Amino acid sequence: MATTKAETQALIDEVLQVYPEKARKVRAKHVAPNDPSLEKSKGCITSNRKSLPGVMTVRGCAYAGSKGVVWGPIKDMIHISHGPVGCGQYSRAGRRNYYTGTTGVDSFGTLNFTSDFQEKDVVFGGDKKLVKLLEEANQLFPLVKGFSVQSECPIGLIGDDIEAVARKSTVDLGKPVIAVRCEGFRGVSQSLGHHIANDALRDHVLGNRDDEEFPTTPYDVAIIGDYNIGGDAWSSRILLEEIGLRVVAQWSGDGTLAEMERTTKVKLNLVHCYRSMNYISRFMEEKYEIPWMEYNFFGPSKTEESLRAIAARFDETIQAKAEEVIARYRAQWQPVIDKYKPRLAGKKVMLYVGGLRPRHVIGAYEDLGMEVIGAGYEFAHNDDYDRTLKDLKEATLLYDDASAYELEEFVKRLKPDLVGSGIKEKYVFHKMGVAFRQMHSWDYSGPYHGFDGFAIFARDMDMAVNSPVWSQLKAPWLADADAPEAAVVNG
Amino acid sequence: MANIIISENSKGLVFYLAKKDLEEQITHLEFNSADRWGGVIELGDGSRYVIDVLDAKPRLPISLRARRESETA
Repeated sequence: MATTKAETQALIDEVLQVYPEKARKVRAKHVAPNDPSLEKSKGCITSNRKSLPGVMTVRGCAYAGSKGVVWGPIKDMIHISHGPVGCGQYSRAGRRNYYTGTTGVDSFGTLNFTSDFQEKDVVFGGDKKLVKLLEEANQLFPLVKGFSVQSECPIGLIGDDIEAVARKSTVDLGKPVIAVRCEGFRGVSQSLGHHIANDALRDHVLGNRDDEEFPTTPYDVAIIGDYNIGGDAWSSRILLEEIGLRVVAQWSGDGTLAEMERTTKVKLNLVHCYRSMNYISRFMEEKYEIPWMEYNFFGPSKTEESLRAIAARFDETIQAKAEEVIARYRAQWQPVIDKYKPRLAGKKVMLYVGGLRPRHVIGAYEDLGMEVIGAGYEFAHNDDYDRTLKDLKEATLLYDDASAYELEEFVKRLKPDLVGSGIKEKYVFHKMGVAFRQMHSWDYSGPYHGFDGFAIFARDMDMAVNSPVWSQLKAPWLADADAPEAAVVNG
Repeated sequence: MANIIISENSKGLVFYLAKKDLEEQITHLEFNSADRWGGVIELGDGSRYVIDVLDAKPRLPISLRARRESETA
């Protein structure tokens, strides 16, 4: 394993060697050894740039960022994938943002609504179809609280005026219809989709209930940027409620339109996913004077630290309760660490996830005695890397917008015991005989947030890393003469 | 011209340029008094921007338009 910066740099140079010179020059800026002494990531690593044509990037598109990430989890609205059927259908329910409610009656999270564009809609425009779709959906699902129209690529290309449709339908249906211009071709990754979605929320959701009476308390907070994946927001919410806060809104996991509209009345915004929701937090800070803070509920050390930091923003009763909660849960998580740390200590992890987890889960792995030897983001910006450098050791490998080839090569050379990334990467590494966990969807498990989530996290990591299968798995063509039993793996 | 947000933290004024994810401490603001606020901004990383001079100190954070000092108004 590389320990010095020079060694890490040598490894990077070797892996990038296969690229043509121009591509190598571009990619070299996105891969770097970590330098925790830097305050700013500028000069260390470049991020949020267009992916190189020809390399297999893992990134998504603006539609994915808006419909999939930010809007999709709002459960009592219908989110229309406006355009051809595939974008909505192939991403349907894949993100596992849980909600309570009866699907198809008052909640619509896992359903796919699409205008199913055909050739004639591209030629003649799809606005009339959209009007009809909205009317029909409203008739079929009378309990729906509103609609969002999530544009797919053709909408922008053919120049449909979905804003006009939205304005008219808002009046006709008596429910908010919000046009979101998140065509997939916008921007370099899903990150711009987050921004566009935030702007649409700012313009059409926030402020709708500003004149309405709403009984407030001094302890009102909103959870921002928690998408309730596998129930994450729930295991976070109970902690906040136990320390005496009142969670008014969840953005947007298990969230409703009404609670999001009432967020302007809270006293503090708690931001978990900085990348996808810092925009709206900054806006509320300016317009409604609601301060915001980032927190991290992965692993007991970070959860305790965050609970104390959150409590410090309130009075002494909250602070006392926070200490009480921390003391009480210690009895719950200490046995988890006692059980799994001996099994996981010293194991090495490589992470390649979205815009938040590569840095947020580091503490949770460290609580289990594991070491993060490589980390990277698909679509982070330089402010995310600013926040990451300090959390990683000197000379840790950093890779931004890594290609499938780069990830494979890095894993071959650094030989981690566990790789955490998404579904597209999962089976490549399984076939290489490396333990893998999906860190986007928690591999159909979860929640991982909070103290309750940590027990599940620890169990899952142990299950993956210490499964006996990895020692048995070797591709038949790699089996050499002195290991004949490996040759029968594929029968 | 770019949209920026100026806010305040424990160390003083902070300059945020969303387009570039540039969040830097402001080391010097040309006019920073109750009746005159704005002008040339100097950042921790050495870059310089200019905002319009306001008649009164605004409530922070505030969204403003800024240009690089090298650009003409």
